[in-house]
Amino acid sequence: MYEIIVVGGGHAGCEAAYVSAKKGHKTLLVTSNIKNIADMPCNPHIGGSAKGIVVREIDALGGIMGKIADKTHLQIKMLNSAKGPAVQSLRAQGDKITYQKEMLRTLNELNDLEIKEAMVEDLIVEENTVKGIILENGEKIESKIVILTTGTYLKSDILVGSTRTRQGPHGEKPSNHLSDKLKEYGFKVIRLKTGTPQRIDKKTIDFSKTRIEKGDDKYLTFSFDLEPQYKIEEQEPCYLTYTTEETHKIIRDNLTKSSMYGGLDDIEGIGPRYCPSIEDKVVRFKDKERHQLFIEPESRYYDEMYLQGFSTSMPTDIQEKMVHSLPGLENAVITKYGYAIEYDAIYPTQLKESLETKILSNLFTAGQINGTSGYEEAACQGLMAGINASLKLEEKNPLVLKRNEAYIGVLIDDLINKGIRDPYRLLTSRAEFRLLLRSDNADLRLRDYGYEVGLIDKTQKEKLDLKRENIKKCLDYLKNTKIKITEEIKELFLNNNYNIQITTMSLEQLLKRPEITIDFLEKIHTIPFAENIKEQANIQLKYEGYIKKSYKEAEKLLKLEKKKIPIDIDYNKIKNIASEARQKLNEVRPTTIAQAIRISGVNPSDISILSVYLKKEYGKDESK
Amino acid sequence: MNDTICAIATSQGIGAISIIRVSGDNAINIVNNIFKGKDLTKVETHTINYGHIIDGDTIIDEVLVSVMKAPRTFTVEDVVEINTHGGIAPTNKVLELLLEKGCRLAEPGEFTKRAFLNGRIDLLEAEAVMDMIDAKTENQRKMAINQIGGKTSSLINELRDDMVQIISNINVNIDYPEYDDVDVITNELLLPKISKLKNKINNILKESENGKIIKDGIKTSIIGKPNVGKSSLLNALLEEEKAIVTDIAGTTRDIVEGQIIVNGILLNIIDTAGIRETEDLIENIGVEKSLKIMKEADLILFMLNNNEELTEDIIKLLEEIKDKKYLILINKNDLESKLDRTKLQIEKDRIIDLSLKNNTGLDSLKDKITEMFKLNELQTKDPTYLSNSRSISVLKRCLNKVNDIEESIKNNLPIDMIELDIKSIWEDLGTINGSTYEEELLDEMFKRFCLGK
Repeated sequence: MYEIIVVGGGHAGCEAAYVSAKKGHKTLLVTSNIKNIADMPCNPHIGGSAKGIVVREIDALGGIMGKIADKTHLQIKMLNSAKGPAVQSLRAQGDKITYQKEMLRTLNELNDLEIKEAMVEDLIVEENTVKGIILENGEKIESKIVILTTGTYLKSDILVGSTRTRQGPHGEKPSNHLSDKLKEYGFKVIRLKTGTPQRIDKKTIDFSKTRIEKGDDKYLTFSFDLEPQYKIEEQEPCYLTYTTEETHKIIRDNLTKSSMYGGLDDIEGIGPRYCPSIEDKVVRFKDKERHQLFIEPESRYYDEMYLQGFSTSMPTDIQEKMVHSLPGLENAVITKYGYAIEYDAIYPTQLKESLETKILSNLFTAGQINGTSGYEEAACQGLMAGINASLKLEEKNPLVLKRNEAYIGVLIDDLINKGIRDPYRLLTSRAEFRLLLRSDNADLRLRDYGYEVGLIDKTQKEKLDLKRENIKKCLDYLKNTKIKITEEIKELFLNNNYNIQITTMSLEQLLKRPEITIDFLEKIHTIPFAENIKEQANIQLKYEGYIKKSYKEAEKLLKLEKKKIPIDIDYNKIKNIASEARQKLNEVRPTTIAQAIRISGVNPSDISILSVYLKKEYGKDESK
Repeated sequence: MNDTICAIATSQGIGAISIIRVSGDNAINIVNNIFKGKDLTKVETHTINYGHIIDGDTIIDEVLVSVMKAPRTFTVEDVVEINTHGGIAPTNKVLELLLEKGCRLAEPGEFTKRAFLNGRIDLLEAEAVMDMIDAKTENQRKMAINQIGGKTSSLINELRDDMVQIISNINVNIDYPEYDDVDVITNELLLPKISKLKNKINNILKESENGKIIKDGIKTSIIGKPNVGKSSLLNALLEEEKAIVTDIAGTTRDIVEGQIIVNGILLNIIDTAGIRETEDLIENIGVEKSLKIMKEADLILFMLNNNEELTEDIIKLLEEIKDKKYLILINKNDLESKLDRTKLQIEKDRIIDLSLKNNTGLDSLKDKITEMFKLNELQTKDPTYLSNSRSISVLKRCLNKVNDIEESIKNNLPIDMIELDIKSIWEDLGTINGSTYEEELLDEMFKRFCLGK
């Protein structure tokens, strides 16, 4: 008998299984094919805007995605480095071969984890509680908790042109019955769609017609524990090319052949708004003469390149024509054609904040099955599901991250309250407190939680405490160190229309000026602290005003978080609430007013009425 | 879910017809119970049906009944309107019957409250309905109508739409940093957009001052020494306009001694000390208190006696009002002139000669007020203003934030931080018409709708 069974070995499943076994719970990871553990069936990136911050958060909490990526990537860069610290985010080009190998190696090292190849087709359910899984061959495996991380494998169909084939990525077998069983248990199941572009043989690309895109020339890591594991000069480049007028003509002329534009008339799945196919781009942005395409390496160990931005479900002959119309790819050999994939997911408002389902007790779900898109989105849910499943076994309260604490909190909160229309992708714009949720401070925000749940060890915790102490010391140092204003500084100020007459200023005062960077200051005066400490001090001083504003906003939210809604509230008893709001409130059953506000379809006036009702019916209990 | 409410919707009294409005889940059933004619539960929505209201076998009145089914009604509930023949007795009898059959008498404003709570109208519109009920002048009524029609709301929405475009552009730049498919907004490009926004907010604020004047009237205080003729002026103004001469607690906290309408605008004569009882304002309450009264006024009518010499304290007080809107009224010009006008040092067109005894000069006073507050313009314009102080203070807060943004741009702060300010303005604006939830909104609603009863 296992304590936790994780179904699916993708990015969500790996984190969930890792956490559960790491915490000493007897864990079984069931995957249809061990070769596909931690597979990247679509793009080769780990990170990206907002997503890179999530990887840092995963690392801060004690997950593994960041470390595996650090050990294996082909290239890494900091996005938005010219913008403010709040929107900077890491992105690496992963190596699809070594990433998987390193993940499998890491999982195999765990004493309490077993990995099994099998297809899961049903759950053991007694009195609305999950007791284990049932395999394709009828075999039953019992466990206290099941975590479903089935990715795109629930009743998946691969769509190319006018063909529909019942299979998962790489032609793998999908699970044909599990989603129907979930429906029988009372879940609302939805159909989603996503797509992937072609892979091209590297040797057949003329890179002279493209622009080279290198990694950063500064060492970077996702993990707070690892030193860089790569050499800057050995990073693999990406290449930039563009679609042409001819490409657009081919697409327009053959539009009806695309699965999504009439090639198939039984498409139910809704594709991600944020990741449109090239057909969508050409149709929706008629006036655009060209679209960017990135040619990206997938691995050091094979010659396939990924054609980022060219996702399509055209028939293969048209795909040939399309690819050959691109500069540098005139003679390119397509090694894999692009396709769209349709799959089942559960509507995520059926989840609690812990990612346990409301319908079946002891069942947790994470990743694409919850309607998200992206490896990082999946991994962080896997991590949280793993943590909360373990905490449930240990009879402890779940770890729920708030919107002002982590992007992970934003993601889960959005999913369970707002539901989804298309596959959910994290975006910086979804985080109202993004100035607090920075890449640079993920450890300061979250590592203590990781320590509390037992995923961060004592050494890591001591390192964190030391960092905090040093930041404080550094801030004191900057405050108390006064330096003479040199001609150089004066001139810099003058260039910014700021004429200073003072002869000495503290380093703190200087750093607060937007035009004074820490690098500049160090030319005049060495600041005896480590880079990451100085960076923290600099951000805290330079953006103090904005950071304070964000904290103030966050306090407003926390105030509303304190307004609890009793678990047994009967929404039908509240007069005057709009019927859509009533239905949504019943569906989501928010636990606080703050949560209720974020439910789509619940309007400000409904919230007001609800608050009044709570005041009237429950009096002071409301704020308990 | 909601109980069914009813009320007489037309003004009580003798008229050609009266309308009784019924709203709620049981509206149609209840009316059908006392209606002889078609089966109202089976008629199409939005139809007018002829028949009789009956009490058992007795016919009470011959009526037309409008049946409007949810959700396309004012309250978003089922609504039935009974057109009875005017006359207090039959109308009241119908109302009594409805109450007997299970309706509850609506509280004042309850239909509006339901319309608001059911999302049919937004907060601004709801507030306007309340204003409409309270309207005393034609301008107040017009302004309320515009607000009910959502015109004011769309003014705010327009601003918000402009901002959403800026916000989304910046966000796309952040989330897709490597894509050149979208134009990149820089601080330089942002600045003119922000200036434009600032102008728009400033314009609304300026216009809103007019809105406040229309809604709240002009706070006017009459200042002057004993016996200068203050109460005579008040009485002359009031008598002339045959206006309400009771002590009315106005829309402000001040005691309004009287209200007159000049060119369609309310002039609220305020005086906390009660100038009608005592003539000794300056002497009794002192210069300091006078200053305070003057400070709170929109318009100061400063009265002097033509027959008296200027004293030091008067000259001192006159110094203090230079920044306010004021007029100097020199009364008693029927008597010998002892007042040395050269000492006044005030522009000539602010001085009006009066003789309250001979009833001269009042017209030029009113003309002057009309000119000062551009009342003629207010009359002819279509009034779409923010008129309540809650909205205006939100707008002022937004203006401060816009100034912050300009400062941040000058300091070349990262645009993604500046976007936070833009977003917060967008949210603030949403609280004006209720698009964003705010705790304070709740207080506002409590004040206006006595919820939670």
